[in-house]
Amino acid sequence: MFSSARAAITAALLALFIPALSLEANAAEIEITQPWTRATPPAAKVGGGYLTLTNKGTVIDTLLGASSEIADRVEVHKMEMVDGIMKMRPVPEGLEIPAGQTAELAPGGYHLMLMGLKRPITQGERISVTLKFEKSNPVDVELVAGPLGSSTPNSGENPNGGSSSMSHGESN
Amino acid sequence: MRGRRIGLIAAAILAVVLTVVGFTIVTGSKSTGGGPRGSGVATVGGPFTLTGVDGQAVTEKDLLGKPSAIFFGFTYCPEVCPTTLSELSALADQLGSDADKLNLVFISVDAERDGPEEMKQYLTAFDSRIIGLTGTPEQIDAAAKAFKIYYTKVPLDDGDYTMDHTASVILMDAYGKFFGTMAYEEAMSVMLAKLKRLIGEG
Ligand SMILES: [Cu+2]
Repeated sequence: MFSSARAAITAALLALFIPALSLEANAAEIEITQPWTRATPPAAKVGGGYLTLTNKGTVIDTLLGASSEIADRVEVHKMEMVDGIMKMRPVPEGLEIPAGQTAELAPGGYHLMLMGLKRPITQGERISVTLKFEKSNPVDVELVAGPLGSSTPNSGENPNGGSSSMSHGESN
Repeated sequence: MRGRRIGLIAAAILAVVLTVVGFTIVTGSKSTGGGPRGSGVATVGGPFTLTGVDGQAVTEKDLLGKPSAIFFGFTYCPEVCPTTLSELSALADQLGSDADKLNLVFISVDAERDGPEEMKQYLTAFDSRIIGLTGTPEQIDAAAKAFKIYYTKVPLDDGDYTMDHTASVILMDAYGKFFGTMAYEEAMSVMLAKLKRLIGEG
């Protein structure tokens, strides 16, 4: 008798708490690092955007897409090389970022596809983009434009040939 | 139910057989066209007629006399094409005047969107020695087939489309004979060595 009454009270209390808890849980915290893009040739209608997303919250979230004044629309795409053939597809379901994990948008894989560029992107400029998530509030980022054809953020002249400076370690 | 399934399987097998037969016919007719007969190796290269950025006709004969590095792509390509073209530009830079002994060629696989004017504009961002070529869908198809380049138009949900395409650079010698390829993401030093060898031997 007693225990069932207690259970009922507990349930009632829980019911009060759950909305608060789920509100809390909705606040997935997405941290964005190193957002970048590259300069585009004149007349180019598309550009790629890259960044790293870290979910510091407690629930999974999904990057659904983005928007920017420079493009008609910004979508999440994935590029793949299959037997030497370049394939690129939209990912309308978005890119999932599980709680506590990191998802990367980088050359050769997932990227923000800036479609219908209204003007070319020039090296050194910052492109404002608003990222849209399933749970988190929209996040504004600035993509820093590297040189044309660069494959890493702030890379130098040679996309592939640059010698990555090796640390000398404890040679002394 | 079962009978229908067997019917489907039979249809699938028939489709495969027809495809194989079709390929054999295509390959067969090709090998009689040019090159050594009966070698069994599909030749890379062959006749094509395309349009240059100033509207002039360009054929395979215009490339003879110098070795060529040929890349197929499209201007609506966000990554592979601008990266490859800037790598080719950097390589031309490193080769210096030796790059004049080479045809650097960019051929569009996107006839609908890449006209001569779009190609001209697009290529202003890269080494001025890169030759831009485009054409009608039929002309582009013939060129891609000649160089054994795969490409296909992929419709997107919103009515837009993108192109899948072979990302390798095809190397041809001064006589129009296949020399080799440079793969996407190959190190610049390797590509430079290949181009030097091509210039030296081609
Ligand atoms: Cu894309």
